[in-house]
Amino acid sequence: MSPRDPVIVGIGLSDFPVAPHLSTPQHHAQAMQRALADCGLAKRDIDGFCCVGMGGGGAEAMVMAEYLGIDHRYVDSTMTGGSSFEFHVQHAAAALRQGLCETVLVSYGSNFFSARGRTLGTGGFGGRGAGVTGPDMYQAPYGLSLVGAYALVAQRHMHEYGTKPEHLAEIAVGVREFAGLNPNAMYRDPITVSDVLASRMIADPLHLLDCCVVSDGGGAFVMTTAERARDLRQPPVRALGAAGGQTHWNISQMPDFTRSAAAQAAPEAFAQAGLAPADVDVIQFYDSFTITVLTLLEDCGFCAKGEGGAFVAEGHLRRGGRLPLNTDGGGLSSCHSGMRGIFLIIEAVRQLRGQAGPAQVPGAEIALCAGSGGFLSGIGTVLLGKD
Amino acid sequence: MRGEAWQRPKPAPDAFERPFFEAAARGELLHQRCPACGHRQFYPRAVCTACGADPEWAASAGRGVVHTYTVVRQNGMPPFRDALPYVVAMIELPEGVRMMGNVTGCDADQVHVGMAVEAYAVEFEPGLALPFWRPGR
Repeated sequence: MSPRDPVIVGIGLSDFPVAPHLSTPQHHAQAMQRALADCGLAKRDIDGFCCVGMGGGGAEAMVMAEYLGIDHRYVDSTMTGGSSFEFHVQHAAAALRQGLCETVLVSYGSNFFSARGRTLGTGGFGGRGAGVTGPDMYQAPYGLSLVGAYALVAQRHMHEYGTKPEHLAEIAVGVREFAGLNPNAMYRDPITVSDVLASRMIADPLHLLDCCVVSDGGGAFVMTTAERARDLRQPPVRALGAAGGQTHWNISQMPDFTRSAAAQAAPEAFAQAGLAPADVDVIQFYDSFTITVLTLLEDCGFCAKGEGGAFVAEGHLRRGGRLPLNTDGGGLSSCHSGMRGIFLIIEAVRQLRGQAGPAQVPGAEIALCAGSGGFLSGIGTVLLGKD
Repeated sequence: MRGEAWQRPKPAPDAFERPFFEAAARGELLHQRCPACGHRQFYPRAVCTACGADPEWAASAGRGVVHTYTVVRQNGMPPFRDALPYVVAMIELPEGVRMMGNVTGCDADQVHVGMAVEAYAVEFEPGLALPFWRPGR
């Protein structure tokens, strides 16, 4: 490892899944305190800051740097939706290599559930009866829900490749099994494929249990150089590759309803790392919906386009499988506070440190995180490795 | 739906965007074509997304097929919560663009990928309309 190679040294989660005692800034504060305590660095050591949120009027990094008292030389508020934090790893890694800063805090927090309840997925786009502008003019009047947007992807995938509702359900079942091992997960009782198929239809072909939870929660992680990491508390986790891309923003503009930008981003991340999909031991994928995972699996190269259903049916993503998915219980069962991408990184680090408790994947050395923002719009992929 | 009070989110087009909605009110469905490279696009914007030139308005025949769709069965926002279940689809036009829209005039369960549909206009204010879709040939 070279002295300036980027590594992750500290991780922290704020209270979740339901934390009415915390505001959004308090989630950031708690997560930061826990990430710093984890690695043994002090707040004054932080000279780089990556931050986005669902509030802040687009200036979340400025708002939170002020609240937390971060004196940064490098700041990044790249906002790609839920995948923002995968892009932040890419940017922070470059900044660390270039010497623009020494220690970067990446931070997210949200009191989404306590503030707004469960309406995120089925509240419709746009304002009620209000004037809509831009691309919304050709979408919002038709009442597509957020769940419905992903349903358009699932329906097309089923049409083109014969993917079945049972295949998607299998994803939710496997993630729920991991949630049962996480005492903080929102839903922990085991479910079956039949349970998923019997849950009410929200937007065909997506059932209630094909959809993620809505929760509160925040997270933070600390990145620094391999050199700086030497005398810290935790074994460093290496950022081996990070790449992102975009195919659209609005769902109506998705060029191919079965393919995301991970098809370009993941190969680039693998090339940076000198690795291939077969080298990956555990995956943390954005599971806003079961179809999100299926699309990312294919696009990241774990199986050919259209073969995701059969791949999933073989049980690879389960506990004990060869590619365990979302070992913290994912967004589908544990925690989704609006933008889940930060939790992918944090759980991957836990796995690569060997600190995942009963959910530990034995011998995990390489993890792939794939974040999805918008409507499978902006995809960020990050390969992490044990030192 | 003509004559009903429009309760859905209402487009507020600027001068550049108005022709689409004015044409829809005349029963004409517009998209854009680039005179420089021939690229077709929708939604309308001030630049060709392929080559960067100025696109022009182009008319379509107002017919298409369902490329993908969903039946929305839960939506808490009025007026949609009172219209459940309803179909939202991406309609592929033979001219080479896709548009989002509702497929009406048949049971939601009859809608399928590949289904032929035709456009009809619903005014949201005098002289400005949006396209909706129903089974066609």
